[in-house]
Amino acid sequence: MAPTPVAVEVSGLSRSFGRRRAVDGVDLSLRSGDCLALFGPNGAGKTTLLRVIAGLLKPTAGAVHVGGRALRDDARARAQVGLISHQSMLYRALTARENVEFAARLYGLADPASAATRALEHMRILDRADAPVRALSRGLQQRVSIARAIVHEPTVVLLDEPYTGLDAVGSAALSDMLMLLRSTGAALLLVTHSVDEGLALASRAAIMIRGRIVRHDAIGAIDANTYGAEYRALVIGDGARAAASVA
Amino acid sequence: MNGATRVPGTLTSAWLIARKDLAIEFRTRTAFLSALVFAVLALCIFYFTWDESIITAADRAPGVLWVVLAFSALLGLQRSFAIEDHDRGIDALLVSPISREALYIGKAIGNVIFLGAIELVAIPALALFYNLHFGRAMLIVCLIVLLAMIGIVAIGTLFSAMAVNTRLAELLLPMLSLPFFVPVLMDAAQASVRVLAGAPMSTVWPWLKILIAFDIVFIVACTLAFPFTLEE
Amino acid sequence: MTTAPLRGAEQSAPPHFQPTSARQVKPALDWLFAVAVLAVAGLYVRALAFTPPDALQGMAQKIYYIHIAAWLSAYLAVAITALMSIVYLWLHDDRADRLAEACAEVALIFLTVGLCTGSIWGHRIWGAWWVWWDMRLTLTLFLWFVVAAYLVLRGAIEEPAMRARYSAVLGILAALLIPFIHLSVYMFSARLHPMPVALQPGAPKMSPQMLVTFLSSFVVFMLLDIAFIRARYRIGVLRELAAAAEADGGEGR
Repeated sequence: MAPTPVAVEVSGLSRSFGRRRAVDGVDLSLRSGDCLALFGPNGAGKTTLLRVIAGLLKPTAGAVHVGGRALRDDARARAQVGLISHQSMLYRALTARENVEFAARLYGLADPASAATRALEHMRILDRADAPVRALSRGLQQRVSIARAIVHEPTVVLLDEPYTGLDAVGSAALSDMLMLLRSTGAALLLVTHSVDEGLALASRAAIMIRGRIVRHDAIGAIDANTYGAEYRALVIGDGARAAASVA
Repeated sequence: MNGATRVPGTLTSAWLIARKDLAIEFRTRTAFLSALVFAVLALCIFYFTWDESIITAADRAPGVLWVVLAFSALLGLQRSFAIEDHDRGIDALLVSPISREALYIGKAIGNVIFLGAIELVAIPALALFYNLHFGRAMLIVCLIVLLAMIGIVAIGTLFSAMAVNTRLAELLLPMLSLPFFVPVLMDAAQASVRVLAGAPMSTVWPWLKILIAFDIVFIVACTLAFPFTLEE
Repeated sequence: MTTAPLRGAEQSAPPHFQPTSARQVKPALDWLFAVAVLAVAGLYVRALAFTPPDALQGMAQKIYYIHIAAWLSAYLAVAITALMSIVYLWLHDDRADRLAEACAEVALIFLTVGLCTGSIWGHRIWGAWWVWWDMRLTLTLFLWFVVAAYLVLRGAIEEPAMRARYSAVLGILAALLIPFIHLSVYMFSARLHPMPVALQPGAPKMSPQMLVTFLSSFVVFMLLDIAFIRARYRIGVLRELAAAAEADGGEGR
């Protein structure tokens, strides 16, 4: 079997805010079909890492390559990335369909209308497609937001706590969607607090503390029953060490 | 699988953004209607701030027009990036392949159309309430309005993007913008006073030249500066 | 299973860093500041006691020795702010941002002094506290507004890098704006009034004593300008250190 291509390559990535290093020398490489679950306590730099990979923040050092192209210089690299965050990134006055179609046009899709319909259908929200986003509940808005993020069939999907606010139908639709994306060759990077959710979906798992990846395993090497406890021990141990160094 | 994706050009994506902004405006209409009512209301109130027997309505019309234009512009500009900030719609734009410059130009086009629509009502209202004659002079005034509007929007769009990320937001936009509106308003008012008084075009031209130079300089400068105002 | 060592704990709050930097910061008010203040005092003793009053303007002319020098200092500080704005966007060096901030604040003080003294002088000589046809007065007023907006913008942003970028953008745009205001005010006032000659440095007949006082006022105010800017720059360094210490402490907890 030929090796699957590298979808996204993160090398030596750092990002500081003033003197604070939010992301500190992260190396990651995701192949097509990979799904990496990234765990970490609040303030570990997970969201910052995601925003740098998405191109929303400039790295202080290091680089991100998507499909072999440098993200900062090449618009075609950005066209391959989809971002789902806890903010909906939707316009409330427009309908769900208009929002998704607008996104499709930004990516220069040949047939934005049918691409939007397809994406909304995947997220099982086609029946409310013509309602203004303002009129939708938080969970439904999140589904529209996911449809917006994947309308251009990205090869790299970045997810920041995507399950927040979703009901059972929404969660199932999202999980199905992510499985479908993986099967068509997308690489996923899933940031979450919830160890169970992450492990259920991922092919690899990593733990981030203070801007660094401190542990990185293939899912096969993990005992799902004890991983949560090990994760907590790592976080608490780090907190104790930090307190000691301040005192 | 991504064969269908091609990165749209700068003008195409700018137009997409302008159209999106106008669609939102058309749907909600709050900013447009409030700016419009503000403009007409201010025109009427200003009428009563001078002694009619000393200064005729036609003499003070240009001054009133420029004050009203500047402040109704601020109302629209305020909204330009506020709608992006609400649910961080701007993040989706920045993640997408369109360029930062296209985003600025698109926003500016949307603002020019917004402001133009207000002027489309405000100028006839001014002519009506201040007894101005429609004719060649009014056409030139419309041209001056267009030139001034471009300058105001070039500056205001940039500052709108900046103000929305600060703690003072609504308060900061006028504070930043108005000093930059000074030469625009001064030139445009001086030019339109002369046009409406029937002065020869040779006395109007010098003012228009500064106005045009201002537009060119600040369109270029603000387009280049805009990427620095985004999160980095 | 792989477990990378946790190196973050030692690095985020280096205990040696804080004292070294605090020692490196020199006091805001030092010998240069004292010399500048003494020089200003000396200048006014000379201007009031040892320089003859102007034949036409009388005592009102004494204000020249503060007014014009203050404006010159203000314009110098504004020019440095604009220059440092360009340098910051180019090199992203924090020192450029700090210097730009220091200069803007000092410029606002000198602009205010210049406006007030100009207005007082105008009241004696022109008989009005304010005249719009005087280009310098009008231009300086608008410059005052721009500098004030610059400082308000700085105060409204907490994130240091963003504050530096935004204020640099404003600094550069303001530098482009000034010629336009200048030109517009010039055309506006040229129509109303011939250019005022009274304020042209050197144009009124000055006695040698007056000229010496006048020229030394420039030197003294430049010195004061530099002392102010330097002091404000150092205060900026101290403030940043304090903010960093607070951030480090907060992170450790």
